[in-house]
Amino acid sequence: MMRFWPFIVFVILAAFLYVGLGLNPHEVPSPLIDKPAPAFTRPQLLDPSKNFSSEDMKGQVWLLNVWASWCVSCREEHPVLMALSRQHIVPIYGLDYKDKDEDGKAWLREKGDPYTLVSTDADGHVGIDYGVYGVPETYLIDKQGVIRYKQIGAITHENLQQKILPLIAELQAK
Amino acid sequence: MKYLLIILVCLLPTFSYAGEAKDLAEDPVLEQRMVNLAQNLRCLVCQNESLASSHADLAKDLRQEVRDKMKQGMSDQEIIDFLVSKYGDFVLFDPPMKSYTILLWYGPFALLLMGLVGLVLQMRKRKRAPPENQLSAEEAQRAADLLNQPKDSQI
Repeated sequence: MMRFWPFIVFVILAAFLYVGLGLNPHEVPSPLIDKPAPAFTRPQLLDPSKNFSSEDMKGQVWLLNVWASWCVSCREEHPVLMALSRQHIVPIYGLDYKDKDEDGKAWLREKGDPYTLVSTDADGHVGIDYGVYGVPETYLIDKQGVIRYKQIGAITHENLQQKILPLIAELQAK
Repeated sequence: MKYLLIILVCLLPTFSYAGEAKDLAEDPVLEQRMVNLAQNLRCLVCQNESLASSHADLAKDLRQEVRDKMKQGMSDQEIIDFLVSKYGDFVLFDPPMKSYTILLWYGPFALLLMGLVGLVLQMRKRKRAPPENQLSAEEAQRAADLLNQPKDSQI
């Protein structure tokens, strides 16, 4: 028995290392899950004279998609958001993060606008409040204004079908 | 006259503060405090760089946020708590003791202990076992003969 000990220890270590290899170090779990979404009021991208307030969203399940025209992965994500918006399942609100208004508007004109409304976060303060550290990031917020899910990186058809849509259905039924 | 001079000298520091408020980034005391704090915080974009040394855009913003909060009179601990509430324990280079970090903190000691126990057991076993390779009188004699042979005959 004694002679097998080194082998057993090796197997345990190898198991830990193998699991560690599969983890993505860029996906840092957000401490904001199941916490109230930080309230913010910011000017609207398409009509800066008007404000958008996150408090107005109480009572419905919504997605807050943090994006920017300079963000490369947002290009990949954009068609998925377009497809989702056409299904009218959930309102998608955009937050144009640390972007120039003209660039953001040009993006929507050229590629199409999947958003119910876009507000701007030119100085990135709302981003800090939400713990944004890389765009795109998407928050799923429930009727009580609590963050239920955070997608770090682009929404894809895969994670939409597997995680986000089932969770939306569940939250909307409540 | 002498007293007037003394009063004037005492007032000098007051005048020297009358200038325009300095930009915070130029306030060396606050800047140093910010850097000291930021050295122990992780930049989330580049991960193995500290918030103090990173050139990432987010790190710049967060440094400014830290300066602003210091200006508002928040203590270092309050600022750390704020950042942890937004980004999680991951921003700390020095992870706190929590139920799920016990393995991280005590795992190495547990491994060391296991190694020591294994070593002691192994040594005891060796002590108890009858010594191997005990030579019989005949074998000992032969070995001695071989060892004592003159060097030349080995060639």
